[in-house]
Amino acid sequence: MAAGVAAWLPLARAAAVGWLPLAQQPLPPPPPLPPGHGPNPRPTAGPERLVLNVSGRRFETWRATLERYPDTLLGGAERDFFYDEEAGEIFLDRDPEVFRYVLNFYRTGHLHCPRHECIQAYDEELSFYGLAPELVGDCCLEDYRDRKKENLERLAEDEEAEGLAEAASQPPSAASPPPSARQRLWRAFENPHASTTALVFYYVTGFFIAVSVVANVVETIPCRVSSGFSSSSSFSSAAVAQAVPCGDRYPLAFFCMDTACVLIFTGEYLLRLFAAPSRCRFARSVMSVIDVVAILPYYISLAVPDNEDLSGAFVTLRVFRVFRIFKFSRHSQGLRILGYTLQSCASELGFLLFSLTMAIVIFATVMFYAEKSTPGTNFTSIPAAFWYTIVTMTTLGYGDMVPSTIAGKIFGSICSLSGVLVIALPVPVIVSNFSRIYHQNQRADKRRAQQKVRLARIRLAKSGTTKAFLQYKHSNDLEELDGHPQAPGLRTCSAFELQHHHLLHCLEKTTNHEFAAERGVSPGARSGRSLSLSSSGAPSPGGSCCPRRPRHRPLRLGSTPSGSRAIAQELSTLQGLKGPAHRCLGSVRPRCLYSTQSRCLSSAFLDATVLSSPDTWDPPVLDT
Amino acid sequence: MGGVMATLSLEARRRFSQRGRQIFFSDSRKGSDGRCRQTDSSDSDFELEAVRHQPEGLDQLQALTKFTKKELQSLYRGFKNECPSGLVNEETFKLIYAQFFPQGDATMYAHFLFNAFDMDQSGAIRFEDFVVGLSILLRGTVHEKLNWAFNLYDINKDGYITKEEMLAIMKSIYDMMGRYTHPILREDAPIEHVEKFFQKMDRNRDGVVTIEEFLETCQKDENIMSSMQLFENVI
Repeated sequence: MAAGVAAWLPLARAAAVGWLPLAQQPLPPPPPLPPGHGPNPRPTAGPERLVLNVSGRRFETWRATLERYPDTLLGGAERDFFYDEEAGEIFLDRDPEVFRYVLNFYRTGHLHCPRHECIQAYDEELSFYGLAPELVGDCCLEDYRDRKKENLERLAEDEEAEGLAEAASQPPSAASPPPSARQRLWRAFENPHASTTALVFYYVTGFFIAVSVVANVVETIPCRVSSGFSSSSSFSSAAVAQAVPCGDRYPLAFFCMDTACVLIFTGEYLLRLFAAPSRCRFARSVMSVIDVVAILPYYISLAVPDNEDLSGAFVTLRVFRVFRIFKFSRHSQGLRILGYTLQSCASELGFLLFSLTMAIVIFATVMFYAEKSTPGTNFTSIPAAFWYTIVTMTTLGYGDMVPSTIAGKIFGSICSLSGVLVIALPVPVIVSNFSRIYHQNQRADKRRAQQKVRLARIRLAKSGTTKAFLQYKHSNDLEELDGHPQAPGLRTCSAFELQHHHLLHCLEKTTNHEFAAERGVSPGARSGRSLSLSSSGAPSPGGSCCPRRPRHRPLRLGSTPSGSRAIAQELSTLQGLKGPAHRCLGSVRPRCLYSTQSRCLSSAFLDATVLSSPDTWDPPVLDT
Repeated sequence: MGGVMATLSLEARRRFSQRGRQIFFSDSRKGSDGRCRQTDSSDSDFELEAVRHQPEGLDQLQALTKFTKKELQSLYRGFKNECPSGLVNEETFKLIYAQFFPQGDATMYAHFLFNAFDMDQSGAIRFEDFVVGLSILLRGTVHEKLNWAFNLYDINKDGYITKEEMLAIMKSIYDMMGRYTHPILREDAPIEHVEKFFQKMDRNRDGVVTIEEFLETCQKDENIMSSMQLFENVI
């Protein structure tokens, strides 16, 4: 039984007192319970030596040792709550491995940190025993702090990513209004795998980007003009075979291709602009700027007539067409990661640039003055020497400018050696940033897959609980109507389950509505046992007390086995279940409420069930 | 040049991966999400977060409530297990309560419950509050229980239950039923229920229910009086 949840059952039932004055119908009687405990006498004198039984492992220590720190759990009166009179020992249901460290703290005054434990599990134990984290000794303090900070940061990152992913891909619930055409369009653009049309559109745009880029490239390749078409009659000029770029050779074809591509891109941009939830923000985003720059040259060239003066500027505009290749970044995640890396390494890149500039200026000056005296030298000015310095520092060495004086050669070699050092310094930073972002992305993908499994598990647990409750009610009704003793195997519910069912029953009576199974009713699918139940229930339609019930009983029972089977299939296809999902977080550790019931599916699923666990780890804070 | 760069960067990466990440985190974070993390203050933040509370001794609690020692022990163990720091904040309380009602949404009712248990309005329930509240509800006299219920319904604790307050409470109770009910839950079901309640309770028809009216009406209603003993044998 889930101890964590069972301990709070008194609270849940006590809170039900709040429903009593509001109940519209008389509430059902409580289930019978085993006899309660009587009061126990308090042990008169405390022993000198205390036995601490931590999950079966016994530790013994002097009472005085523990009382050295009276404001902790073991040191003060708080340990009386865990005292077991019959065994005469203090029983703690916690991790015995970590308890060693806690007990050693009382003995030696130094709190050490275990290397192989999860840092959050350790923290929870510390807070349970009332030890503040700053008590960790100097030898282990740095390691403890580092691991804790790393963990917290990683969790914060994951939370953010999860929040964004949830917000981005939230399925519409029945309560919220159905998405408008605009919202659906935007979702299709952002997530191409959402529907087939979105996927088709995605691939079509990708294809046209590729076509446009290839056309741009091919149009500059020289096409050999065949001699038959040569306008000159002279044989010699035909033999020269003027090489003109293909773009000039087949202007119409390229113009048509360009038009087609630009039309597609314009259409896509306008649709995106229409569908965007915030048009100003969309218009300012990088991708939209790239889109605009990719299609604008075409329209400008249409608008501006083929003028001699402007043809120079017109040619420059065509250069911008190459920006279309950046549109691929919507299609490739790796490209986006690269862009994001460069963006996040902006400071390192800036440093690199700055230090390079400094070095270039210094070396160019030195080289210029060293080579100034040589007649016929290439080093005509300091800016001219810049080119030499850059080529040398990056170890390219074109050889178009070489020093001839000895001093020039010495400084040239110093320049090339220092170039290697200056450039190699900031590169590892960029590399490590890239790898961090890449791993974060991979973690996000893994997390999304895990989330699906978790949701499936939660749904399974919920349906299990409801099913158990409905069967409890059904068996109660049968007993009321028939008066026969129940078949064995149906009354195997524990006291906790009985009380929980009673609580749900009271809620039904208060609100005058009943719980119904979640999945749709399917009268065809029935398991063997439910058949027998419903057949025994059917012949009493004339029952005076519950006229409504007989009609719905067989349908409800029949539907739930098929429903749970479908969820189970879903779970197994998602293949998330290797073992219980151990979360190092939070204080609430729920498990399936009815793991003992045979009617629920295989216990492997339910042992691993995790109901909604908190996603933030923070100890409760007093906020006054 | 490329080979040199590669070997240099491999070396540096191995060394950097141990320590360097911390510095780069704080630097690159500024760019990505605008949050500036200064490494000095965040250290002290960790230590300040651990607030804990110890309850009064077993004897004093036994005097305050009507529970036996064993019952107090078992209650405390459950309490301490879920909230090691000794205080329950509202979020945790809502989560715990929601587990008992998987079909519906128990958060609003849990919110009202939290305010009813948290007697000094400190934002957290201590073990004393918890156990005193439970003692009233499970072992108290009918008068005390009705008083507690009135305190629950009176959200702003001004001594009067208005229709808005009652409607909020009623909606939260109906929310716990969830969506799959029989018959289907209509929008005005809570409103109707509130009307019935006020018709029964509000004697002088002034639109609010005072504690005297509430106690009087409840004591005359047989159903309510007989159901008050329902939850006594819980622990």
